[in-house]
Amino acid sequence: MSVGTPERLAYMANQIATNLALTNDPVAATAEHIHSFWTPAMQRTLASEALDRLGPVARAAMIQLDADAG
Amino acid sequence: MGYEPQADFGTPLVVSDTTISLTIDGRAVTVPAGTSVMRAASEAGGSIPRLCASDNLAAFGSCRLCLVEIEGMRGTPASCTTPVAEGMAVKTQTPRLQKLRKGVMELYISDHPLDCLTCSANNDCELQDQAAAVGLRDVRYGYAGANHLGSSLDASNPYFDFDPSKCIACSRCVRACDEVQGTFALTIEGRGFASKVSAGLASDNFLGSECVSCGACVQACPTATLQEKAVKEIGKPERAVVTTCAYCGVGCTFRAEMRGEQVVRMVPWKDGKANRGHSCVKGRFAWGYAQHQERVLSPMIRSSIDEPWREVSWDEALSHTASELKRISARYGRNALGGITSSRCTNEETFLVQKLVRAGFGNNNVDTCARVCHSPTGYGLKTTFGTSAGTQDFDSVMDADVMLVIGANPTDGHPVFASRMKRRLRQGAKLIVIDPRRIDLVKSPHIEAAYHLPLRPGTNVAVLSAMAHVIVTECLADEAFIRERCDWDEYAHWAEFVGQDRNSPEALEPVTGVPAADLRAAARLFATGGNGAIYYGLGVTEHSQGSSTVMAIANLAMATGNIGRRGVGVNPLRGQNNVQGACDMGSFPHELSGYRHVSDPDARALFEAAWGVPIDPEPGLRIPNMLDAATDGTFKAIYIQGEDILQSDPDTKHVSAGLAAMECVIVHDLFLNETASYAHVFLPGSTFLEKNGTFTNAERRIQPVRKVMEPLNGYEDWEVTQELARAMGLDWNYAHPSEIMDEIARLTPSFAGVNFARLASQGSLQWPVNEAAPDGSPIMHIDGFVRGKGKFVVTDYVPTDERTGPRFPLLLTTGRILSQYNVGAQTRRTANVVWHEEDLLEIHPSDAENRGLKSGDWVRLASRSGETTLRATVTDRVAPGVVYTTFHHPATQANVVTTEFSDWATNCPEYKVTAVQITPSNGPSEWQEGYEALSTRSRRIADPVPAE
Repeated sequence: MSVGTPERLAYMANQIATNLALTNDPVAATAEHIHSFWTPAMQRTLASEALDRLGPVARAAMIQLDADAG
Repeated sequence: MGYEPQADFGTPLVVSDTTISLTIDGRAVTVPAGTSVMRAASEAGGSIPRLCASDNLAAFGSCRLCLVEIEGMRGTPASCTTPVAEGMAVKTQTPRLQKLRKGVMELYISDHPLDCLTCSANNDCELQDQAAAVGLRDVRYGYAGANHLGSSLDASNPYFDFDPSKCIACSRCVRACDEVQGTFALTIEGRGFASKVSAGLASDNFLGSECVSCGACVQACPTATLQEKAVKEIGKPERAVVTTCAYCGVGCTFRAEMRGEQVVRMVPWKDGKANRGHSCVKGRFAWGYAQHQERVLSPMIRSSIDEPWREVSWDEALSHTASELKRISARYGRNALGGITSSRCTNEETFLVQKLVRAGFGNNNVDTCARVCHSPTGYGLKTTFGTSAGTQDFDSVMDADVMLVIGANPTDGHPVFASRMKRRLRQGAKLIVIDPRRIDLVKSPHIEAAYHLPLRPGTNVAVLSAMAHVIVTECLADEAFIRERCDWDEYAHWAEFVGQDRNSPEALEPVTGVPAADLRAAARLFATGGNGAIYYGLGVTEHSQGSSTVMAIANLAMATGNIGRRGVGVNPLRGQNNVQGACDMGSFPHELSGYRHVSDPDARALFEAAWGVPIDPEPGLRIPNMLDAATDGTFKAIYIQGEDILQSDPDTKHVSAGLAAMECVIVHDLFLNETASYAHVFLPGSTFLEKNGTFTNAERRIQPVRKVMEPLNGYEDWEVTQELARAMGLDWNYAHPSEIMDEIARLTPSFAGVNFARLASQGSLQWPVNEAAPDGSPIMHIDGFVRGKGKFVVTDYVPTDERTGPRFPLLLTTGRILSQYNVGAQTRRTANVVWHEEDLLEIHPSDAENRGLKSGDWVRLASRSGETTLRATVTDRVAPGVVYTTFHHPATQANVVTTEFSDWATNCPEYKVTAVQITPSNGPSEWQEGYEALSTRSRRIADPVPAE
């Protein structure tokens, strides 16, 4: 199931990563934010359809979320 | 209760640690030092005749009616201006006083119409009462002398008349305008016998004057000189019910003064702790929408938005709706359903809507209009302080020494609180305004901001970083406070960041447009000027860095030690009446009531045990995500209570596309609003006058909403939601909203001590109300932050992606105006339209000249999202390069122009920054023409089928 266009979700994820860039661990902070506020369907859509649109921090965050989900 | 005028002690309450004992008419009385003899007599149960005195005004001493005799004192001093003294012996009733008072009253009555029986104030007139009190039986001077009886009536104001023939020149109206409202619109013109009340210049009438129609003068008038038109038309009220206003987040309490089922007038309740007896033009007068002819009172359904509506019974509407919701859930899955709660509805109603979504729909797809206004406040303050709410009560402002107002326009958006601010400013507090526009607070009678920092829209974080830079690098931070109350390592990290040269006012001046010297001076004033209080509004939150700005504000407050006592704090001025409450009640898709994340197993377990259903541990969809999902075909049904997302939410084309893609849009509202153009079910709503419940205002104050008349549609809103839940198979059996509040209290720790009985006895309670704070919490974080240590968060300035360029060279920012409220659904259906009948575009003279525009010209306002047309107002209130408009009128639909950009943390829309172009226009845009046709078509109601 897709929720929102992949482009829009990628934009949002990159925006989150940019604003969390100065935290101690930007990847973990970005992953935690997305996990806390996005539906699983939004996360799946982003991971499956727009990973290539992400900057390095958001991309690493999505990979971390995928790993955490097992 | 029956009808009794509100008690008036004559002069204001005095607070003092010292008490004074005296005797009044032989009775021993003890009062605080500084109290007037008049008030002391009133508090002792007596009553000294008076006309120019009122306990919300400073003593004036002009009417000469309140004279008393004081042992050892010569003459007969005015009791209103004479303070009590230890051992004083006062006589209020003697033959000499009676003679003097009667003589004074004779003079008043000799120049006053003797039309009591036909006067609208008959039996509710202080002059009449006092004439009786002094035993006036005749007037020796006759009535043929020079007088004012021929003065003509000023009926220009839509809500009240000014009849100077009945004026006794007591100045109460003038003083109320000055002292209570702070507008200084009225004056006493002329001298001696020629003295008369005047609204501004001699040529002005009330409507054409600076008067803001707050009603303070009408309330102050002791005669029928200033009188509500409704009293003249309907008659004297016969009962009064105290309830809470349904407009802005100030949460004024009013006495709804009734005659039968008809509201005669709404009078601010003097015991109201939010408004302290004051009101604005909306709450005081703009309640007529409740009985407007366009109100829809019968449920309606249709299978397609291309069809006309069909009126049906409540049973049919609810069973059809439940059937559609169940069909869609079965076909597309439970996540295809969602709901939106309303900040205009009560806590109890909001709680039920989110419960319906969570327990009935089986997901967390619930959101609220705070998404588009104060969701960054929730995120930012929870992150830094641990609680998603402001830290102070409104009274706290009277202890502030420096007010920092950023991104708020209190005189328009929160006018009753603005009057409190102005009162404190007149007492000498300093003011810093950070706003792209020169809002009224910057300079108004007897008030002038020490600094106005007219920043470029979208640069709030940069300005706050620069202020922090000054405070840190000039060693103005409150290190003792920070070491005791905050995480020192986080502070050090933050201080290192803001201290970098790139965050200096000089480095950021090209970005913000704020002169570095002004910014430095403002920062120094805030850090060193005593109690510093920060007030902010949607000019902070509705940006791509809204949450960052809230956290930057919190950083500034913590760095200067301005948290945890009176006169300081971080104070979000909430837009709608129950934004705070709607957020408290679990309206966000990631939180249960009391701001507990849905992933918290302990919180979920509480709700699961109470409701008997599993709670989804994953967050649900936010409003923009719901619309995205709808256009993608995965979100199919929505229940919208009391919101008009088509007009209020950004990027109207995106909203309409989302709504159009759904199979079942349920609108529960008073009117066929703009969203209803895309609805399949319309459930009539009830107004705040027709329901019981509670609202929670911007200071976390939970206040009763009381039903003053039966719902015209037959049901209070909570009853409709309950019936829908029952139609879907849920076993809900609330008999009264008090039972819903009891459930809220059981499930929400910060509401643990709240119930309707306590609210009735105490008037209001400020959460948290629990074992630690049984009487509530006016000030938060006194001994420590809710999260433990206050958290400094580094907030780097990230420019918005919305940029000006050759095609769209100007920045549009949007806002509100005093007389209209939100999308205008209520206020547009009142006489308030005389002040604002259309949205106007403010444009700077230089930008106007470049385009050949003058005030009144029609202009085309275009962005990459869309375009609309409206008329221009040329003004230097806005800076060059910036234009401004309101969004109160659907004919304009300013949100056709706003974009999809939003706050990084919460998706709160970036309403305040849109790149636009302005060009002359000679007609409506294509969108406006198309929308008008749709709007007309979608509001058709089929003729009822005749019975066979």
